[in-house]
Amino acid sequence: MDAIPKRSNATERRGGVQIGSPKSRPHTESAIRPEKVIIRASGFSLFYGEKMGVSDITMEIEAGSVTAIIGPSGCGKSTFLRSINRMNDLIPRTRAEGLLAVGGQDVYDKRTNLVNLRRQVGMVFQRPNPFAKSIYDNISYGPRLQGIRSRTKLNAIVQQCLEDAALWEEVKEDLHKSALALSGGQQQRLCIARTLANKPKVILMDEPCSALDPLATARIEDLIAALKGTYTIVIVTHNMQQAARVSDRTAFFCLGKLIEYDLTDKLFTNPSEKSTEDYITGRFG
Amino acid sequence: MKKRSDHSMQTDAAAGFSRPLRLSAGQDLRGYLTGRAARTLLFITAFVSVAAVLLIFVFVVREAVPFFKSTDAAASLSRLKEFLTRTQWFPEHEAHPEYGVLAIIVGSLYVTVVSLLIAVPIGLLAAVFLSDIASFKVRQICKPVIEILAAIPSVAYGVFAVMVAAPWLQKHLGFTTGTNALNASLILSIMALPTILSVAEDSLSAVGRDIRQASYGLGATRAETMIRVVIPAAGSGILAAVILGMMRAIGETMVVWMASGNAAQIPSPWWDLSQSVRTMTATIAGELGEVPKGTTHYHSLFAIGFLLLIFTFTLNLISESFLSRVKRRQR
Repeated sequence: MDAIPKRSNATERRGGVQIGSPKSRPHTESAIRPEKVIIRASGFSLFYGEKMGVSDITMEIEAGSVTAIIGPSGCGKSTFLRSINRMNDLIPRTRAEGLLAVGGQDVYDKRTNLVNLRRQVGMVFQRPNPFAKSIYDNISYGPRLQGIRSRTKLNAIVQQCLEDAALWEEVKEDLHKSALALSGGQQQRLCIARTLANKPKVILMDEPCSALDPLATARIEDLIAALKGTYTIVIVTHNMQQAARVSDRTAFFCLGKLIEYDLTDKLFTNPSEKSTEDYITGRFG
Repeated sequence: MKKRSDHSMQTDAAAGFSRPLRLSAGQDLRGYLTGRAARTLLFITAFVSVAAVLLIFVFVVREAVPFFKSTDAAASLSRLKEFLTRTQWFPEHEAHPEYGVLAIIVGSLYVTVVSLLIAVPIGLLAAVFLSDIASFKVRQICKPVIEILAAIPSVAYGVFAVMVAAPWLQKHLGFTTGTNALNASLILSIMALPTILSVAEDSLSAVGRDIRQASYGLGATRAETMIRVVIPAAGSGILAAVILGMMRAIGETMVVWMASGNAAQIPSPWWDLSQSVRTMTATIAGELGEVPKGTTHYHSLFAIGFLLLIFTFTLNLISESFLSRVKRRQR
């Protein structure tokens, strides 16, 4: 293959940095202090029947950070994300191996309570999916499930969540109108607000902007930046610029495996693996 | 000035097209005529079915009107009042024929409501099971089998009602007659079940997967998701299912004729299902064949038919409006 200048540059730069061998992933700079780890995968694999979804994933996610997962289509990034709150259970015949722990609890353990797991590990989906109810009822759905009946409490939660999701100003007059009347971007922010109403620790976002226009995308990204710290956010995205903009750390998945996981700045400027570099420079994917 | 032919001048690039991009005037005309003819044909077929409905309506109204027509308006009105409020139905009485159709209307509504009380809960629960809990395989087997219920001719149900259900009811529940409101309602509910189940299942399944996921993702259980999200979202479809089942039950003739006992009376006490009743459909079917054409009795049967038409038209309109709401939401 031709030596392409950019790659040789990268190789030079890499020479200057102290890194381990590619097998023992380079965590020297980016290592997460053990008490800050909220999600830990260790040799985690998930199968759909006989088909492999992800295989042998080992990574740790830091509490309060934004972690992006990138990779070509079908690489298992959504599969991994949906494993974290067990949304893959909806697909028949899935089987997990290895460890995937949230807050120290193995989520695929038999004793894990799915209701409490999903309340604390919320999810925002690719396509905005508000319920065919009013804006108010969409937000109060989670709290009501938890048995909150008091109008004052619900009102406070609805307002707080809509404010946190930067939607309050736009909808405060229309709380009892159908959520389906909102624009796509507003619907997605509503879905984020709905997730916030459960007071989650972790928010999983599965390509939350792929159905939105650039302006709406920018607003969601601002929102992610604002939520960072309070919540741990894991975001799957096809958009590498987006990953670079919003995340602290980025994981690159390919063919069901975790190829590289590092600080975002490092991964995009100075990747350790050649396939990462090929992907982020647009040579494949 | 540019000549028009300039636009059609063949260039080197155009020469490569193997089929002509312009047709001759004759070919154009033929295409135009075929198009016209096809459109006309399709319009006529559509028009015929619409016209059939309208003509049936006109025919029924025309045959029903003479029943109410009398010497003056007041007499017509009292005839109408007698028709709708009296329970005595003795159209063949020599000296004093009576045309009180209330007992018959009540009979129709009675078996319809009772059959829905049986069929709606069963149909909806089965629809919930099939749409949400059953595996793909089970659903693939169950739905067609249940829909076969709708394909069984109603006279077969009638035979079952008379030969099997009626003796069973008499023997085990101690009813004086086996052909009664309960028998008719039971059989009607079996007949309405596939309609209710099928339409309800369709509308439950039409509720998007992503809506269910959203609910599960917020920590809702399967039951909570079903009750709070899926059923409300499918609400208008479910209502349409119930109304379609109702239409099936109220319009059914053969089974109620065979199974209901055909006594024009309002059950008393009202909850006594063991009594015989008579429905509007069975009255028409039973008497129209023997009544001399043009008599008051003859026209009174058409008046019953007209009432029935109004019932089913109304139900149809309501269910259409609910179903269109479902479709709008899917878009």
